[in-house]
Amino acid sequence: MVKLKLPRHLHRNHPRSRELFNYRKLWLSRLFILTCVAAGPFLLLALFNQTVGRISAERDVKLRLARLVSNHEINISDFLDQRRTVLDYIIRDNPADNLADSTRLGVILDNLNSSMGGFTDLGLINKNGRQVAYAGPHELLNTNYKEADWFKKFKSRDNFVSDVFMGFRDMPHIIIGVRHQLNNRDYHFLKATIDTRQFNNLLTPTLDIDRGDAFLINHTGVLQTPSRSHGSTLEQVKLVPPEKNDKATVEVQVDGAGKKTFVGYAYLIDTPFILMITEPVASAMDPWRRDRNQITIFIVLGLILILAVVYRTASRMIDEIFAADQHRLQSLDKVNENQKLASIGRLAAGVAHEVNNPLAVINEKAGLLKDIVTSNNQYKNDTKLVSIANSIIASVERGGKITKRLLSFARHMKVEEHPMQVEEVIRDVLGFLKKEAEYRSIEITLETYGEIPSFFGDRGKVQQVFLNLINNAFDAMEKNGHLAIGILATDDNRVAVAIRDTGCGIREKDIPYIFEPFFSTKTASGGTGLGLSITFGIIQELGGTIEVDSIKEKGTSFTVYLPTSGSKENSSNENSTR
Amino acid sequence: MKILLVDDEHELVATLAERLEMRGYEVDWSTSGATALEKACQTEFSLAILDMKMPQMDGLVLRKKLEEITPTMRFIFMTGHGSEETYQEATSSATPVRYLIKPVNISTLTGAIDELTNREGSHD
Repeated sequence: MVKLKLPRHLHRNHPRSRELFNYRKLWLSRLFILTCVAAGPFLLLALFNQTVGRISAERDVKLRLARLVSNHEINISDFLDQRRTVLDYIIRDNPADNLADSTRLGVILDNLNSSMGGFTDLGLINKNGRQVAYAGPHELLNTNYKEADWFKKFKSRDNFVSDVFMGFRDMPHIIIGVRHQLNNRDYHFLKATIDTRQFNNLLTPTLDIDRGDAFLINHTGVLQTPSRSHGSTLEQVKLVPPEKNDKATVEVQVDGAGKKTFVGYAYLIDTPFILMITEPVASAMDPWRRDRNQITIFIVLGLILILAVVYRTASRMIDEIFAADQHRLQSLDKVNENQKLASIGRLAAGVAHEVNNPLAVINEKAGLLKDIVTSNNQYKNDTKLVSIANSIIASVERGGKITKRLLSFARHMKVEEHPMQVEEVIRDVLGFLKKEAEYRSIEITLETYGEIPSFFGDRGKVQQVFLNLINNAFDAMEKNGHLAIGILATDDNRVAVAIRDTGCGIREKDIPYIFEPFFSTKTASGGTGLGLSITFGIIQELGGTIEVDSIKEKGTSFTVYLPTSGSKENSSNENSTR
Repeated sequence: MKILLVDDEHELVATLAERLEMRGYEVDWSTSGATALEKACQTEFSLAILDMKMPQMDGLVLRKKLEEITPTMRFIFMTGHGSEETYQEATSSATPVRYLIKPVNISTLTGAIDELTNREGSHD
């Protein structure tokens, strides 16, 4: 995707005191600022999704549960109302003695079961609680319900729905009853037992949530229908029966297993039932959590991408500043080096001039001495005197040569362009280094192949190039080395100068860096790492090129190509580089 | 034929004059441009050997003044300062001049003198 690498300024090893900035600090601060700006909105989005998103998802779940509760409430109420209405109709429609006939009651029960179903038995009970007629599977005729709880409650009401109870066959049932006033003093009840299996079916099939639960409890929290996870019928539910409320309500409770659960409920009017639909918070919030996880993945991926881009941008920016600063330092060093050489030149010229005058006096005095000796008969044959005079004159001549060389060096410190023979320049340079070469037993050969056209440029600079290269060659060689210099004209009108030493060579991996400023393998022995980079710069200024070829432990060969007047006409950017 | 020798270094001019006289040249010398001009007014010199760098009046200025007095005069410059400009200034004129860097070999000097004055024979 994005290739990351450490910025260059972090793995350099030269001193940084002269640099304009603390690059590591600058890099870190840019990295920090860019990261904040780029990643901030992402993190805000994540925070928003975590808080506001959660609240809204919770609200949605509660709304959904409340709607579900309302629907179920209507279904169950309808179911009970229907049965109540039917019983009411029957008790009003049939005369009292008709209903008191168990056979007739049996016919009605059959008709009810074939039309509505779910009726287990029918019984007619007089106001004293005695079952005067009964149709159903049990022998309950004349049973007295006077002391039964439901009958006590029932007496004062027009109709009645009982809690669920275990019937004689160990099946959960409810009783629905209606009261009919026969006259001012007398009344009777019609009671039906209803199998709650049909009743339960109302709760289960409509509940599409496999993780949730729908059931009825009575006002004291006893389960009236089976539930998936809150116990079976007639067990105490592990939830707090909520406060009475007219409409469907949703609250969060902790269930028996200690899990947070959404509880939707509604009080069923005219019944002892509370409808409850529950759903664990964990599973209800699942869709939101899935969304959140996806968003989180996107945010994390986005952040990684942003950080990578930020890293690259910051690193590249600082790298560019760093490079510019390095370039500035390099130019500064070059200027310093030039100024240093110029001062050396002035010093050399001054010394040479001052020394030349006394040398001239010595020369004339010794000359006069010799003149007198040779013209005077008295000393004419004193060869010792003559040889002393000759020796003084020869020494003066030697001194003169040295000062002349110094003067010529100083003269060429100034930027002046003249035509020159490269060979002459190299001989000049070798003149400076002759003593050292002799002292170190380095053999120097200089060969010229064919006719060399003259090079037009600044003699001092050309001198400096070869002085640097030959000095480097000397440094690379032990005693008894061999320095071979070859000069020839190339086909494209350039002068090629090859300087080949038998020194220690350059490691292959170092070769690409040798012209870079501050790269030095001689730092221990005082190398600045500037020599070759200055040389390279001067050669470029002169419009030339340099090539290097080296074998470790065998030697190094530098080849300098300089343009001559012939090639200059062809070179279009010649002036711009000067 | 007379030669005028001018250099601010007394030891040098005196000795050089003596050596040239030993070689048969007629030489007068001076250590400053002012006295040199006085001598030139009194005597006619056919050649002047001048130091390039002297206090008060340098070789090039002195040459111009001497030429005004004696237009036929020839010149040899001697200098301890081998700078390119002075060399070019000294040699860029219609009349032939010589430019020698100190210390000067006596035979080089006499050779130059003879060449400029077309004198035959060697005195070394």
